Amino acid sequence: MAYEGMIAESVTINGNNNEPISAYQARPMGPGPFPGVVLIHHLPGWGEFYREMTRKFAHHGYAAISHNLYHRLGEGHPDDVAAKARAEGGVADDQMVGDTHGAVAWLRAQPYVNGKVGLIGSCSGGRQAFVYACRRDDIDAVVELWGGRVVQAEDDRPAKQPVSPITMTKDLCCPLLGLFGNDDRAPSPEQVDQHEAELKAHKKDYAFHRYDGAGHGFFYYHRPMYRVEQALDGWEKIFAFFGKHLAG
Amino acid sequence: MCTSIVEIVPAEGAGKSFEGWFPVTRAVVSYDHPNHALLDDGIIVDFVNPDLGPGARAAVELTLESAKALVGALERAIAAAEVEEAEARRVPAEAA
Repeated sequence: MAYEGMIAESVTINGNNNEPISAYQARPMGPGPFPGVVLIHHLPGWGEFYREMTRKFAHHGYAAISHNLYHRLGEGHPDDVAAKARAEGGVADDQMVGDTHGAVAWLRAQPYVNGKVGLIGSCSGGRQAFVYACRRDDIDAVVELWGGRVVQAEDDRPAKQPVSPITMTKDLCCPLLGLFGNDDRAPSPEQVDQHEAELKAHKKDYAFHRYDGAGHGFFYYHRPMYRVEQALDGWEKIFAFFGKHLAG
Repeated sequence: MCTSIVEIVPAEGAGKSFEGWFPVTRAVVSYDHPNHALLDDGIIVDFVNPDLGPGARAAVELTLESAKALVGALERAIAAAEVEEAEARRVPAEAA
């Protein structure tokens, strides 16, 4: 069912090392209980697309929160803040895990949440969602949307992302849904094959859906990479997946 | 980030952001998803001053072909400028 009323607002949560960071939350009107979803924004920024995605989850009956991984980079237009993040090599995985844990804990503390929390991210956020699900065990389901650099090359070990996420697969704590475009180059189909082989080797609960006619970021309706049929099917799979694993 | 193609060089000059002109201290060239140009990926050039915050940024998002053409234009203009500079330096010496 669709919830016609919702509350959406900016909040401050405790991020990594209990440092305050900004976040945007949206939830249906009413006492709940609602399942929770944490959204990890993509490299192009904590901007309008992720605000809308947060409200989309609220529209579908979830209490959702999108935290600002770029909070420490300063105030500014999301494009400019994202450019600064790009120049600085993105955010450190350790800091991201701490910030995301803060968002998970914030949701779990809300009286209207049913005790279940899922995690979703796209692009760099897809990688980060997978990393989080391998390093923490406090979420119930994770969705990785075309996560770039889950398979990091041998010469790609920057200080902020020192460990290739694929090597963490054995520690994946919850069911994983992955959506990928077969025309993508980051991750390439071959990298998705490696990702899937590792999940199989460790007997993890996962489902990958790989779309023909789509590349990277095929949900982004404001970009030329948008693919309507694949995006609609992908959203159906996300809501079926979270519906199954986050029910109260 | 989905690509890690980023090149950073010091830069000296001035750039214009939404807030007006600011002193540029750095140029960042990357290949990534643009926020505005209708491209899947593109060359993004940011002239920035990190000391002044994220808003001190003059940016362009270009196709690869445009970026190559820009490099050619820069090289031709710089070569011509260096000839001019050399001429300017030679005049006082000849006069003496």
